Amino acid sequence: MERTEDLIELCLLMGKMMQQNGAETYRVEDTMTRIAQSFGRDESQSYVTPTGIMFTISPGAHAKLVRVSARETNLEKVNLANDVSRKIASGDMSIHEAYKELRKIETSPTDYSILMQIIAATLASGFFTIMFQGSWYDFLPACVAGGLGFIALINFIRLFEIKFVAEFVASLLIGFTAFSLFSLGIGKEVDKIVVGSIMPLVPGLLITNAVRDLMAGHLISGLTKGAEAFLTAFAIGAGIAVMFALF
Amino acid sequence: MWIEYAIASFFASAAFGIIYQAPRNTIIKCGLVGMVGWMIYAFLVWKEVDSVPATLTASFVIALISQTLARRSRTPMIIFSVPGIIPLVPGSLAYDAMRNFVLNDYSAAISIAAKAFMISGAIAFGLVFSEVLNQIIKKMKQTKAEVR
Repeated sequence: MERTEDLIELCLLMGKMMQQNGAETYRVEDTMTRIAQSFGRDESQSYVTPTGIMFTISPGAHAKLVRVSARETNLEKVNLANDVSRKIASGDMSIHEAYKELRKIETSPTDYSILMQIIAATLASGFFTIMFQGSWYDFLPACVAGGLGFIALINFIRLFEIKFVAEFVASLLIGFTAFSLFSLGIGKEVDKIVVGSIMPLVPGLLITNAVRDLMAGHLISGLTKGAEAFLTAFAIGAGIAVMFALF
Repeated sequence: MWIEYAIASFFASAAFGIIYQAPRNTIIKCGLVGMVGWMIYAFLVWKEVDSVPATLTASFVIALISQTLARRSRTPMIIFSVPGIIPLVPGSLAYDAMRNFVLNDYSAAISIAAKAFMISGAIAFGLVFSEVLNQIIKKMKQTKAEVR
């Protein structure tokens, strides 16, 4: 009996980890049923949404629920979780070992320091400006605005706990930086600078994932992600628009 | 212009690989996938193809490359496809639409938003289509093996 409980816990932890770190909905469901299968449980069912996961090991058994409250994209953790599930499938890992390993991955520090992520966001902003046919004069102001915006975002998320507000404030800062630099004569086209520097914030991936989930038949996931993406886009648009009105 | 595009899209995708915490040894591949995708897109748009089919083609190719890379290194495909599609994602359109909404220009906003939706649909369709193709090939190989 205890083994069954452990197996359920393992499946739920695996599902939660994958969902939290940005794996696709179908992959989460698939992995959970496959782990159950490799321990001889062929009739498990899972129902995954962006905000919670339900799992039952066999028809008639209790269904268990786990809440997913925060979502981010951490591909390294998805990769490590995938490794664990591969080892389970090939029979190299017991339930206990896998559970311990997953807990370790869950609490392990991220691969890149915050500073590196900020540098990455800074460069990404500049290069996006170039890709949107901005000139190299716009490269530096976009870097500055994008980098500041990203720093603001990661700090304000901790401060406000409501992502929407943090995104609004971050885009206010981006707008302010871009327009002030522009009025100081740095940069050629303010539109391109703004568009490039908001790219690290923009929910482009979320929009695409939403449409993709809808296509794959995960209707609830698709709509939820779409709503989240819409809110983020609205926050960013509103923040920039305020600056438009001021300058 | 093309060299600029190549450099910019490579670094933008690789940088997004870092923001999304892709494993260290895959960052350069992430950049290359993104670069190939963006070059296809930019070339098709330059040849006056509409941006929706151009996006569809680019995301289809990105998914194909990501699958090949994923199979080789035994990692999930999204490690390569997520940073790879970032340049294609209609972030600037979504922003443009929102800006017009907030500035009360609703008709412009709706038409831009529709375009952004079509493009994200095209990206998703390209990814899904190549996955389906991959599964069909896998199944065909399996049945062939069984027949023998």
